[in-house]
Amino acid sequence: MDARNNGLEKFSRSVYRTIFRRNSVFMVGIFATAFAFEMAFDTATDRWWDRMNKDKQWKDIKDRYSQ
Amino acid sequence: MFTRLSGQVVKRPLKQWVNAFMQARGVSGTAGAPQSNTKAIAATAAVATTAAAGLGYYFYANPIHANMEEEGLHPPAYPWSHRSLFGTFDHASIRRGYQVYREVCSACHSLDRIAWRNLVDVSHTEDEVRAMAEEFEYKDGPNEIGDYFERPGKLSDYMPRPYPNDEAARAGNGGALPPDLSLMVKARHGGCDYIFALLTGYVDPPAGVEIREGLNYNPYFPGGSIAMARLLYDGLVEYDDGTPATTSQMAKDVTTFLAWAAEPEHDDRKKMGVKAIIILSAMTILSIWIKRNRFASLKSRKFLYAPPK
Repeated sequence: MDARNNGLEKFSRSVYRTIFRRNSVFMVGIFATAFAFEMAFDTATDRWWDRMNKDKQWKDIKDRYSQ
Repeated sequence: MFTRLSGQVVKRPLKQWVNAFMQARGVSGTAGAPQSNTKAIAATAAVATTAAAGLGYYFYANPIHANMEEEGLHPPAYPWSHRSLFGTFDHASIRRGYQVYREVCSACHSLDRIAWRNLVDVSHTEDEVRAMAEEFEYKDGPNEIGDYFERPGKLSDYMPRPYPNDEAARAGNGGALPPDLSLMVKARHGGCDYIFALLTGYVDPPAGVEIREGLNYNPYFPGGSIAMARLLYDGLVEYDDGTPATTSQMAKDVTTFLAWAAEPEHDDRKKMGVKAIIILSAMTILSIWIKRNRFASLKSRKFLYAPPK
Protein backbone atom coordinates (compact mmCIF):
# COMPACT_ATOMS: atom_id res chain seq x y z
CA MET A 1 0.00 0.00 0.00
CA ASP A 2 1.28 3.43 -0.91
CA ALA A 3 2.33 5.21 2.24
CA ARG A 4 1.31 8.61 0.87
CA ASN A 5 -2.31 7.62 0.41
CA ASN A 6 -2.57 5.72 3.61
CA GLY A 7 -4.90 8.17 5.37
CA LEU A 8 -7.12 8.63 2.33
CA GLU A 9 -7.17 4.92 1.73
CA LYS A 10 -8.23 4.26 5.28
CA PHE A 11 -10.94 6.90 5.03
CA SER A 12 -12.39 5.60 1.78
CA ARG A 13 -12.31 2.04 3.10
CA SER A 14 -14.23 3.08 6.18
CA VAL A 15 -16.73 5.03 4.06
CA TYR A 16 -17.18 1.99 1.89
CA ARG A 17 -17.64 -0.28 4.89
CA THR A 18 -20.15 1.96 6.69
CA ILE A 19 -22.21 3.29 3.76
CA PHE A 20 -21.79 1.55 0.45
CA ARG A 21 -21.42 -2.08 1.40
CA ARG A 22 -25.04 -2.66 2.36
CA ASN A 23 -27.56 -1.37 -0.15
CA SER A 24 -30.14 -0.75 2.59
CA VAL A 25 -27.74 1.54 4.43
CA PHE A 26 -26.86 3.27 1.18
CA MET A 27 -30.52 3.92 0.31
CA VAL A 28 -31.37 5.16 3.79
CA GLY A 29 -28.32 7.39 3.57
CA ILE A 30 -29.49 8.88 0.28
CA PHE A 31 -32.93 9.68 1.63
CA ALA A 32 -31.61 11.08 4.89
CA THR A 33 -29.10 13.27 3.07
CA ALA A 34 -31.78 14.49 0.67
CA PHE A 35 -34.02 15.54 3.57
CA ALA A 36 -31.18 17.18 5.44
CA PHE A 37 -29.91 18.97 2.36
CA GLU A 38 -33.33 20.27 1.38
CA MET A 39 -34.00 21.60 4.86
CA ALA A 40 -30.64 23.32 5.02
CA PHE A 41 -30.87 24.67 1.46
CA ASP A 42 -34.41 25.99 1.93
CA THR A 43 -33.55 27.62 5.22
CA ALA A 44 -30.53 29.33 3.75
CA THR A 45 -32.19 30.54 0.54
CA ASP A 46 -35.36 31.65 2.36
CA ARG A 47 -33.33 33.68 4.78
CA TRP A 48 -31.43 35.31 1.94
CA TRP A 49 -34.69 35.93 0.06
CA ASP A 50 -36.32 37.56 3.07
CA ARG A 51 -33.29 39.78 3.57
CA MET A 52 -33.40 40.82 -0.10
CA ASN A 53 -37.09 41.70 0.19
CA LYS A 54 -37.13 43.20 3.63
CA ASP A 55 -40.25 45.26 4.47
CA LYS A 56 -41.91 44.32 1.20
CA GLN A 57 -43.53 40.97 1.93
CA TRP A 58 -46.80 40.44 3.77
CA LYS A 59 -45.12 38.86 6.77
CA ASP A 60 -43.14 42.07 7.26
CA ILE A 61 -46.20 44.33 7.33
CA LYS A 62 -48.94 42.12 8.77
CA ASP A 63 -48.25 43.18 12.36
CA ARG A 64 -49.58 46.61 11.47
CA TYR A 65 -53.01 45.21 10.66
CA SER A 66 -53.60 42.33 13.07
CA GLN A 67 -54.18 43.06 16.72
CA MET B 1 -11.40 15.79 -53.81
CA PHE B 2 -14.30 18.09 -53.14
CA THR B 3 -12.41 20.06 -50.52
CA ARG B 4 -9.52 20.62 -52.89
CA LEU B 5 -11.87 21.83 -55.62
CA SER B 6 -13.81 24.19 -53.42
CA GLY B 7 -10.58 25.52 -51.98
CA GLN B 8 -9.49 26.52 -55.46
CA VAL B 9 -12.82 28.08 -56.24
CA VAL B 10 -12.73 30.20 -53.10
CA LYS B 11 -9.10 31.13 -53.41
CA ARG B 12 -9.09 32.45 -56.93
CA PRO B 13 -11.66 35.25 -56.66
CA LEU B 14 -10.19 36.26 -53.31
CA LYS B 15 -6.83 36.80 -54.95
CA GLN B 16 -8.50 38.87 -57.63
CA TRP B 17 -10.28 41.00 -55.07
CA VAL B 18 -7.08 41.63 -53.19
CA ASN B 19 -5.26 42.56 -56.38
CA ALA B 20 -8.05 44.91 -57.41
CA PHE B 21 -7.97 46.56 -54.03
CA MET B 22 -4.20 46.97 -54.09
CA GLN B 23 -4.28 48.44 -57.56
CA ALA B 24 -7.03 50.84 -56.70
CA ARG B 25 -4.87 52.12 -53.85
CA GLY B 26 -1.91 52.58 -56.13
CA VAL B 27 -0.03 49.54 -54.93
CA SER B 28 1.26 47.46 -57.78
CA GLY B 29 -0.27 44.01 -57.79
CA THR B 30 2.05 41.09 -57.38
CA ALA B 31 0.32 38.77 -59.81
CA GLY B 32 -2.76 38.48 -62.02
CA ALA B 33 -3.57 39.92 -65.40
CA PRO B 34 -4.47 43.66 -65.43
CA GLN B 35 -7.46 42.81 -67.60
CA SER B 36 -9.19 40.80 -64.86
CA ASN B 37 -8.46 43.57 -62.32
CA THR B 38 -10.38 46.18 -64.29
CA LYS B 39 -13.23 43.72 -64.60
CA ALA B 40 -13.26 43.16 -60.85
CA ILE B 41 -13.32 46.89 -60.14
CA ALA B 42 -16.17 47.38 -62.58
CA ALA B 43 -18.08 44.51 -60.99
CA THR B 44 -17.53 45.95 -57.50
CA ALA B 45 -18.72 49.37 -58.59
CA ALA B 46 -21.79 47.87 -60.25
CA VAL B 47 -22.70 45.81 -57.18
CA ALA B 48 -22.16 48.77 -54.84
CA THR B 49 -24.25 51.08 -56.98
CA THR B 50 -27.07 48.55 -57.24
CA ALA B 51 -27.01 47.92 -53.50
CA ALA B 52 -27.03 51.63 -52.68
CA ALA B 53 -29.85 52.28 -55.11
CA GLY B 54 -31.84 49.35 -53.77
CA LEU B 55 -31.36 50.44 -50.17
CA GLY B 56 -32.25 54.00 -51.06
CA TYR B 57 -35.43 52.87 -52.77
CA TYR B 58 -36.32 50.61 -49.82
CA PHE B 59 -36.05 53.47 -47.34
CA TYR B 60 -37.90 55.77 -49.73
CA ALA B 61 -40.74 53.26 -50.02
CA ASN B 62 -40.68 52.27 -46.30
CA PRO B 63 -39.77 55.38 -44.38
CA ILE B 64 -38.71 54.71 -40.80
CA HIS B 65 -40.68 56.79 -38.38
CA ALA B 66 -41.98 56.41 -34.89
CA ASN B 67 -45.71 56.25 -35.31
CA MET B 68 -46.50 57.51 -31.86
CA GLU B 69 -49.99 58.56 -32.77
CA GLU B 70 -51.33 55.19 -33.89
CA GLU B 71 -49.32 52.98 -31.57
CA GLY B 72 -49.15 55.24 -28.58
CA LEU B 73 -46.13 56.78 -26.92
CA HIS B 74 -43.74 54.19 -25.53
CA PRO B 75 -43.84 54.33 -21.74
CA PRO B 76 -40.62 54.90 -19.84
CA ALA B 77 -39.22 52.03 -17.76
CA TYR B 78 -40.10 52.71 -14.15
CA PRO B 79 -38.16 51.23 -11.20
CA TRP B 80 -40.87 48.88 -9.93
CA SER B 81 -40.04 47.19 -6.67
CA HIS B 82 -40.89 43.86 -8.28
CA ARG B 83 -38.94 44.43 -11.48
CA SER B 84 -35.67 42.95 -10.26
CA LEU B 85 -34.95 39.26 -10.72
CA PHE B 86 -35.06 38.70 -6.97
CA GLY B 87 -37.75 41.24 -6.04
CA THR B 88 -41.17 40.42 -4.63
CA PHE B 89 -44.15 42.71 -4.83
CA ASP B 90 -44.29 45.56 -2.34
CA HIS B 91 -47.29 44.27 -0.38
CA ALA B 92 -47.96 47.55 1.37
CA SER B 93 -48.33 49.00 -2.13
CA ILE B 94 -50.72 46.17 -3.12
CA ARG B 95 -52.85 47.05 -0.10
CA ARG B 96 -52.97 50.74 -1.01
CA GLY B 97 -53.59 49.79 -4.63
CA TYR B 98 -56.57 47.68 -3.65
CA GLN B 99 -57.98 50.71 -1.88
CA VAL B 100 -57.56 52.80 -5.03
CA TYR B 101 -59.16 50.05 -7.13
CA ARG B 102 -62.10 49.75 -4.72
CA GLU B 103 -62.70 53.49 -4.37
CA VAL B 104 -61.99 54.60 -7.94
CA CYS B 105 -61.54 51.92 -10.60
CA SER B 106 -64.24 49.47 -9.45
CA ALA B 107 -66.94 51.98 -10.33
CA CYS B 108 -66.49 50.91 -13.97
CA HIS B 109 -63.93 48.09 -14.17
CA SER B 110 -64.57 44.50 -13.11
CA LEU B 111 -61.92 42.22 -11.61
CA ASP B 112 -63.47 38.88 -12.42
CA ARG B 113 -60.58 36.55 -11.74
CA ILE B 114 -59.78 37.72 -8.24
CA ALA B 115 -61.75 36.28 -5.32
CA TRP B 116 -61.86 37.78 -1.85
CA ARG B 117 -59.86 34.86 -0.52
CA ASN B 118 -56.96 35.80 -2.81
CA LEU B 119 -56.38 38.94 -0.78
CA VAL B 120 -55.93 37.01 2.46
CA ASP B 121 -52.31 37.14 3.64
CA VAL B 122 -51.37 39.11 0.56
CA SER B 123 -52.63 42.57 1.39
CA HIS B 124 -55.19 42.10 4.18
CA THR B 125 -55.78 39.83 7.14
CA GLU B 126 -58.54 37.24 6.96
CA ASP B 127 -60.81 39.21 9.30
CA GLU B 128 -60.41 42.34 7.20
CA VAL B 129 -61.25 40.50 3.99
CA ARG B 130 -64.33 38.87 5.58
CA ALA B 131 -65.56 42.29 6.67
CA MET B 132 -64.94 43.75 3.21
CA ALA B 133 -66.73 40.86 1.47
CA GLU B 134 -69.75 41.17 3.74
CA GLU B 135 -70.33 44.74 2.56
CA PHE B 136 -71.47 43.35 -0.81
CA GLU B 137 -74.62 41.39 -1.53
CA TYR B 138 -74.36 38.30 -3.70
CA LYS B 139 -77.16 36.48 -5.43
CA ASP B 140 -77.31 32.86 -4.38
CA GLY B 141 -79.68 29.94 -4.59
CA PRO B 142 -81.79 28.09 -5.08
CA ASN B 143 -82.69 27.40 -1.46
CA GLU B 144 -84.85 24.48 -0.27
CA ILE B 145 -88.03 26.02 -1.69
CA GLY B 146 -86.35 26.90 -4.99
CA ASP B 147 -85.96 30.63 -4.52
CA TYR B 148 -82.93 32.76 -5.27
CA PHE B 149 -81.88 35.08 -2.52
CA GLU B 150 -79.35 37.73 -1.61
CA ARG B 151 -76.70 37.05 0.97
CA PRO B 152 -73.58 38.92 2.17
CA GLY B 153 -70.34 38.04 0.43
CA LYS B 154 -68.03 35.25 1.57
CA LEU B 155 -64.31 34.69 1.14
CA SER B 156 -64.93 32.31 -1.74
CA ASP B 157 -66.91 34.88 -3.76
CA TYR B 158 -65.28 36.66 -6.65
CA MET B 159 -65.03 40.44 -6.83
CA PRO B 160 -68.44 41.97 -7.59
CA ARG B 161 -68.87 43.46 -11.05
CA PRO B 162 -69.93 47.07 -11.49
CA TYR B 163 -72.31 46.15 -14.33
CA PRO B 164 -74.37 42.99 -14.75
CA ASN B 165 -73.07 42.45 -18.31
CA ASP B 166 -70.97 44.01 -21.05
CA GLU B 167 -73.95 45.66 -22.74
CA ALA B 168 -74.87 47.46 -19.54
CA ALA B 169 -71.22 48.49 -19.14
CA ARG B 170 -71.16 49.90 -22.67
CA ALA B 171 -74.43 51.71 -22.19
CA GLY B 172 -73.15 53.27 -18.99
CA ASN B 173 -69.91 54.51 -20.54
CA GLY B 174 -70.90 56.14 -23.80
CA GLY B 175 -70.48 52.97 -25.86
CA ALA B 176 -66.98 52.14 -24.60
CA LEU B 177 -66.53 48.92 -22.63
CA PRO B 178 -64.30 49.32 -19.56
CA PRO B 179 -62.10 46.20 -19.83
CA ASP B 180 -61.77 43.69 -17.04
CA LEU B 181 -58.61 44.48 -15.10
CA SER B 182 -57.71 40.98 -13.85
CA LEU B 183 -55.05 40.36 -16.48
CA MET B 184 -54.58 43.88 -17.74
CA VAL B 185 -50.90 44.09 -16.83
CA LYS B 186 -50.22 40.98 -18.88
CA ALA B 187 -52.54 42.01 -21.68
CA ARG B 188 -50.89 45.29 -22.64
CA HIS B 189 -47.53 46.00 -24.20
CA GLY B 190 -45.32 47.59 -21.60
CA GLY B 191 -47.26 46.03 -18.70
CA CYS B 192 -46.89 48.04 -15.51
CA ASP B 193 -45.00 50.84 -17.25
CA TYR B 194 -47.80 51.31 -19.74
CA ILE B 195 -50.56 51.40 -17.14
CA PHE B 196 -48.70 53.84 -14.92
CA ALA B 197 -47.87 56.06 -17.89
CA LEU B 198 -51.48 55.93 -19.05
CA LEU B 199 -52.92 56.82 -15.66
CA THR B 200 -50.58 59.76 -15.19
CA GLY B 201 -50.26 60.76 -18.85
CA TYR B 202 -53.45 62.76 -19.47
CA VAL B 203 -52.63 66.06 -21.15
CA ASP B 204 -54.44 68.60 -23.31
CA PRO B 205 -54.48 67.54 -26.95
CA PRO B 206 -51.75 69.17 -29.02
CA ALA B 207 -52.66 71.76 -31.64
CA GLY B 208 -54.37 70.22 -34.64
CA VAL B 209 -55.58 67.07 -32.88
CA GLU B 210 -59.34 66.80 -32.76
CA ILE B 211 -60.79 64.81 -29.88
CA ARG B 212 -64.40 63.70 -30.21
CA GLU B 213 -66.97 64.63 -27.64
CA GLY B 214 -66.79 62.24 -24.67
CA LEU B 215 -63.23 61.13 -25.42
CA ASN B 216 -60.00 62.29 -23.82
CA TYR B 217 -56.49 62.75 -25.12
CA ASN B 218 -53.74 60.51 -23.79
CA PRO B 219 -50.53 60.14 -25.80
CA TYR B 220 -49.79 56.69 -24.31
CA PHE B 221 -53.08 55.22 -25.54
CA PRO B 222 -52.88 53.84 -29.07
CA GLY B 223 -54.75 56.30 -31.24
CA GLY B 224 -54.49 59.00 -28.63
CA SER B 225 -58.17 59.32 -27.74
CA ILE B 226 -59.39 57.24 -24.83
CA ALA B 227 -62.88 57.02 -23.41
CA MET B 228 -61.65 56.87 -19.82
CA ALA B 229 -61.12 60.32 -18.38
CA ARG B 230 -58.37 61.21 -15.98
CA LEU B 231 -59.57 60.04 -12.59
CA LEU B 232 -56.58 60.18 -10.27
CA TYR B 233 -56.12 63.58 -8.70
CA ASP B 234 -53.99 64.39 -5.66
CA GLY B 235 -55.76 63.53 -2.43
CA LEU B 236 -58.54 61.48 -4.03
CA VAL B 237 -58.25 58.65 -1.49
CA GLU B 238 -56.99 58.66 2.05
CA TYR B 239 -54.48 55.89 2.78
CA ASP B 240 -54.72 54.23 6.17
CA ASP B 241 -50.92 54.01 6.48
CA GLY B 242 -50.50 57.76 6.11
CA THR B 243 -48.87 57.73 2.67
CA PRO B 244 -49.62 61.00 0.86
CA ALA B 245 -52.11 60.15 -1.90
CA THR B 246 -50.58 61.98 -4.84
CA THR B 247 -51.60 61.16 -8.38
CA SER B 248 -48.40 59.26 -9.08
CA GLN B 249 -48.53 57.45 -5.74
CA MET B 250 -52.06 56.23 -6.43
CA ALA B 251 -51.15 55.26 -9.99
CA LYS B 252 -48.11 53.34 -8.74
CA ASP B 253 -50.11 51.56 -6.04
CA VAL B 254 -53.00 50.57 -8.27
CA THR B 255 -50.57 49.38 -10.93
CA THR B 256 -48.77 47.23 -8.37
CA PHE B 257 -52.14 45.87 -7.29
CA LEU B 258 -53.06 45.04 -10.87
CA ALA B 259 -49.66 43.45 -11.44
CA TRP B 260 -50.36 41.22 -8.45
CA ALA B 261 -53.88 40.49 -9.76
CA ALA B 262 -52.41 39.40 -13.09
CA GLU B 263 -49.68 37.31 -11.47
CA PRO B 264 -50.67 36.25 -7.95
CA GLU B 265 -48.03 33.51 -8.12
CA HIS B 266 -45.29 36.04 -8.86
CA ASP B 267 -43.47 36.00 -5.49
CA ASP B 268 -43.41 32.23 -5.14
CA ARG B 269 -42.50 31.78 -8.77
CA LYS B 270 -39.43 33.97 -8.47
CA LYS B 271 -38.34 32.32 -5.25
CA MET B 272 -38.73 28.83 -6.70
CA GLY B 273 -36.94 29.99 -9.84
CA VAL B 274 -33.93 31.20 -7.90
CA LYS B 275 -33.75 27.92 -6.00
CA ALA B 276 -34.09 25.90 -9.19
CA ILE B 277 -31.34 27.91 -10.89
CA ILE B 278 -28.97 27.39 -7.97
CA ILE B 279 -29.59 23.63 -7.85
CA LEU B 280 -29.51 23.14 -11.60
CA SER B 281 -26.29 25.10 -12.07
CA ALA B 282 -24.66 23.03 -9.36
CA MET B 283 -25.90 19.87 -11.07
CA THR B 284 -24.61 21.08 -14.45
CA ILE B 285 -21.16 21.80 -13.08
CA LEU B 286 -21.14 18.45 -11.30
CA SER B 287 -22.18 16.55 -14.42
CA ILE B 288 -19.51 18.28 -16.53
CA TRP B 289 -16.93 17.36 -13.94
CA ILE B 290 -18.10 13.74 -13.82
CA LYS B 291 -18.03 13.51 -17.61
CA ARG B 292 -14.47 14.80 -17.72
CA ASN B 293 -13.53 12.46 -14.93
CA ARG B 294 -14.95 9.42 -16.71
CA PHE B 295 -13.57 10.42 -20.09
CA ALA B 296 -10.08 11.23 -18.80
CA SER B 297 -8.87 7.65 -19.12
CA LEU B 298 -10.51 7.24 -22.55
CA LYS B 299 -9.18 10.47 -24.00
CA SER B 300 -5.63 9.90 -22.83
CA ARG B 301 -5.60 6.37 -24.23
CA LYS B 302 -3.59 5.52 -27.31
CA PHE B 303 -4.23 2.48 -29.51
CA LEU B 304 -1.41 0.95 -31.41
CA TYR B 305 -1.75 -1.72 -34.02
CA ALA B 306 0.88 -4.34 -33.76
CA PRO B 307 0.78 -6.32 -36.98
CA PRO B 308 1.24 -10.04 -36.59
CA LYS B 309 4.75 -11.12 -37.36
